[in-house]
Amino acid sequence: MASEHLVKSFDEQLERLNASISEMGGLAESQLQMALDALSRRDTDLAQKVIAGDARVDQLEKDVAQQVVRLLALRQPMAIDLRGIISALKISSDIERIADYAANLAKRSLVLSQMQPMRSMGGLDRLGRLVLAVLKDVFDAFATNDVQKSHSVWLRDQEVDDMYTSLFRELLTYMMEDPRNITACTHLLFMAKNIERIGDHATNVAELIQFKVTGKEMTEARPKGDKANYVKAEAV
Amino acid sequence: MNALASMAGIDAQPGSVVSPKIRSRGVSVYYGDKQALKEVDLDIGANQVTALIGPSGCGKSTYLRCLNRMNETIEGCHVNGTIELDGENIYDGSVDVVQLRARVGMVFQKPNPFPKSIYDNVAYGPRIHGLARNKDELDEIVQSSLTRAGLIKEVHDRMDQPGTGLSGGQQQRLCIARAIAVSPEVILMDEPCSALDPIATATIEELIDELRQNFTIVIVTHSMQQAARVSQRTAFFHLGKIIEVGDTETIFTNPREERTQAYITGRFG
Repeated sequence: MASEHLVKSFDEQLERLNASISEMGGLAESQLQMALDALSRRDTDLAQKVIAGDARVDQLEKDVAQQVVRLLALRQPMAIDLRGIISALKISSDIERIADYAANLAKRSLVLSQMQPMRSMGGLDRLGRLVLAVLKDVFDAFATNDVQKSHSVWLRDQEVDDMYTSLFRELLTYMMEDPRNITACTHLLFMAKNIERIGDHATNVAELIQFKVTGKEMTEARPKGDKANYVKAEAV
Repeated sequence: MNALASMAGIDAQPGSVVSPKIRSRGVSVYYGDKQALKEVDLDIGANQVTALIGPSGCGKSTYLRCLNRMNETIEGCHVNGTIELDGENIYDGSVDVVQLRARVGMVFQKPNPFPKSIYDNVAYGPRIHGLARNKDELDEIVQSSLTRAGLIKEVHDRMDQPGTGLSGGQQQRLCIARAIAVSPEVILMDEPCSALDPIATATIEELIDELRQNFTIVIVTHSMQQAARVSQRTAFFHLGKIIEVGDTETIFTNPREERTQAYITGRFG
């Protein structure tokens, strides 16, 4: 974005920090993608791979924290540099949580692969693909400091929440229809919630991109469409 | 994009200080034919620390020296515009420059104690301005000035020793004690810590923070970290002009001007 520093090694360190965030983002995206594939294809090997892959994201988060501490101590960054570094630290913990949720999806897909396929798998997969697209956009926005794109990601959280609420209702219906569905549906409910939470973390990242680039917080009220909190079983 | 621009909070120039201690309008300074300062408008708030930052030759020290007419001591220097201290133009013909400099004191980059005792360094100003009626009153002024400058504990038992025998940091605090002994309203500091080690610097910075209870302070510094630590307002100078002035916090976290950002993040050139 801004032109180069007089001290070139500072630029190199900032580039390395951004590269670490991009690597984390790419990994989190592919972890989610693989978790969704493992679920839809009932592929237990792939699910195991996702579970094992979480450690790499955790490691990168620690690495980012070390880089940030070093930059703050040794460079005393100001203005956009300071905002970029603080944002990177916070984004890294959002991505770490995203990858945790992806690993949890993979674990639950292992249990589901032992059971009869459920009708609502398709709905969960659609929710997952939507959030995957949101993740891709938000990490693109990070790489290019694109505030417009991050803002559109931020607005799309509403869509994610609406889809989650409707899936929630659908799963309750299946449970009421036949109590034998309860185990699978409970896992699916948790999975849907995990995906919805990934969307929330993507929204956090979008807000941090806005802060990094402009120095301002989002002033609009955050879209809050998750109505699943208020759904009653008898009303379904 | 309009929505984004408004979200980005592209706001108006930070308002000038309410009832400023010093109000400068259209201040230009020439050294012979060369214009060093161009139409500077700046308000300095009472009882706060205003930091002037910018690269070498940007005009910040020139501006500082306008505030107590120190520029008049430089051959060929010419000042235009108005600078009001409590509403009175200090460049008005009726102003007594000696009185003005008693109201607007100065501390320099290099500690410059007089080749006199510690006591006499501090007593010098009150004596020539006739601020004490007798020895007891003078003692009282010297004692309280050294106390406010945070130096009394280190020198109370050697007041008759030469001021030049103190360490650099102590000498600078002695110069601050000397400046405040004549009860000024404003203290100008021109890079007061650049010749000091980090511990002496921290002591002076702590002192500046205490002094602003009673004085209005304007400090020129090359250290942006120092400006960030000690000031409440910061003005960024470049090529003789003020580029941006605002709350110190805003200047260092989210400056409005690209040139300010380039300078404070080390991208200038």
